[in-house]
Amino acid sequence: MTDVAIQKPAKPGNNRIRPPSVMRRYGSQLGIIGVGLAMWAAFIAAAPTVFLDPDIYSAFAETTPLFAVIALALTFVVITGEIDLSFPSIMALGTAVFCLVAQAGLPHWLGLVAGFATGAACGWLNGTLIARLNIPSLVITIGTSFLYRGIELILMNGTGVPLTQEHYPAMQAIFNSHVFGIPVQSLWALLLAAILWVLLNRTRFGAHVFLVGDNPTSSRLMGINVVGVKTGAFMLVGVVAVFAGLMTSFVGYYFWPTTGDGFLLNTIASVFLGGTSVFGGTGSIIGSLVAAYIIGAINAGIVSAGINAFYTQLCFGLVIVLSVVLQTIIERRVRRQSITGR
Amino acid sequence: MPDDANAGRVPVIELRNVSKTFGEVRSLAQVNFAVYPGEIVGLLGDNGAGKSTLVKTVMGYHRPDPGGEIHFEGKHIDDWSVARARGLGIETVYQERALCEKQPIWRNMFMGREPTNRWGLLDVKRMRSEAARLMNEHMGFTSAAVHPDNVVATMSGGEKQGVAITRALYFDARLVILDEPTMGLSLTETRKTLDFVEGIKNAGKSAIFIDHNIFHVYPVVDRLYVLDRGRVAGMYSRSEITMDELIERLYRVARSGSMH
Repeated sequence: MTDVAIQKPAKPGNNRIRPPSVMRRYGSQLGIIGVGLAMWAAFIAAAPTVFLDPDIYSAFAETTPLFAVIALALTFVVITGEIDLSFPSIMALGTAVFCLVAQAGLPHWLGLVAGFATGAACGWLNGTLIARLNIPSLVITIGTSFLYRGIELILMNGTGVPLTQEHYPAMQAIFNSHVFGIPVQSLWALLLAAILWVLLNRTRFGAHVFLVGDNPTSSRLMGINVVGVKTGAFMLVGVVAVFAGLMTSFVGYYFWPTTGDGFLLNTIASVFLGGTSVFGGTGSIIGSLVAAYIIGAINAGIVSAGINAFYTQLCFGLVIVLSVVLQTIIERRVRRQSITGR
Repeated sequence: MPDDANAGRVPVIELRNVSKTFGEVRSLAQVNFAVYPGEIVGLLGDNGAGKSTLVKTVMGYHRPDPGGEIHFEGKHIDDWSVARARGLGIETVYQERALCEKQPIWRNMFMGREPTNRWGLLDVKRMRSEAARLMNEHMGFTSAAVHPDNVVATMSGGEKQGVAITRALYFDARLVILDEPTMGLSLTETRKTLDFVEGIKNAGKSAIFIDHNIFHVYPVVDRLYVLDRGRVAGMYSRSEITMDELIERLYRVARSGSMH
């Protein structure tokens, strides 16, 4: 910001030669990282014994990725200007399909394939209804949320499945172990963040996600397959939701038919807290990842700092509302600068 | 019909018996329309005459009603689409500009045909540097005053039009369609846009030029179509009609729906 203050008024006609400022381009990402660091410092100050002990980081490095991975994929859908409220049900349905395949005595890898295919199919149905028939995603994914949950409850007859180390050694190693002392869940989240960052920022599909969310009519006029791009984004959420469902279930050594309950708001909050605009066209994978860890940290932090757990929700609310307000203000200020050239 | 100059030649693009209906509204009725190589074709008509619908049908954005045919260089093409049309070298500068305003210039410049490297990944570096080069060499409107990372929302109307025109020009189109390109532009910007249309002709390419202002259209075109309520009401070579006659006939068509 200082360079803006020091700079003398530029000559007219000469005022936009400079590239947009760092704040303009990365303002919201820097904002969210700043909020994250400030909160961490506050937690250390409030409860140094807890927050200087590595155990707490280990604990929350296991639980946060369970919803962080979905937030990463959901970022794509939100950038296209849509929302998906059905992913908690897809988590459960895909994991249920895995359990059924495994219980039928078939190889577990086949269960994974079937589970992911289920997630892709659910996402395809969401995307097709939304993009081809132009149904608002808010409405239709509430509907499909009940639909997928209903199918899952009927398939499982409402009962759960134990997923023990003894019967699922390979799956436990994949979804619930430590690699060089680091919880594998966080490694999955980082790997997925890297892959999805490339997908969003370095592929034609990712480029089209931004364009479609920004202006679907312009995109169609320029020959972009708007239906295909939106459907692809929903399928991505479907597959990643099943991944998160499996991870959640193996971490708990048990598949509950209610899997996914309690994931909805955490995940969506991560995407918006991370600076992805609800209006579509802008957003960031790194923002969503950092925001998910901030939300995870509030949860773990408040409980282990010995503060009454009733304060968790209040704290969530404050951080989310403040961050989104700050982002909006920063964005507006920076945009004005860029228009007036100062 | 005054087709002598083009007799025996194969049009770049030809619409045969094309109609387009939206629900109850018939926007185009049995339109026959052709553009020949190296030719600038003007499209005149009142609001609602079907000019934009015609352009969007040529571009593959609208699909013609059954019975209508689109021919590209003499070949009947069934699965006409925007991607197909652009792939064959037809580019449009739309009235509504078709930009994505929250995106930087370089993303807008390569919309729908982003270059990739040998791993299939987006060549962002090239997109940025090419966008900068094109803006310096071709846009002309603001010379070097706009950075490729600027988002389009921060630009003036003329600069936005510059992006839309450069985007059509860059890809070496053989047919450029300009739909009301001078709307909302300043005098100098309008002049530059008209020069650009002349440039298309000098480069041996074809263009379709649509504008409300007959004083802009008449001087640059070789041939003119007049649309009225979705029909082709008349077609003239510029050599066989003076501007005054044309204006007279346009008034007549507006009153009676017939040019003669």
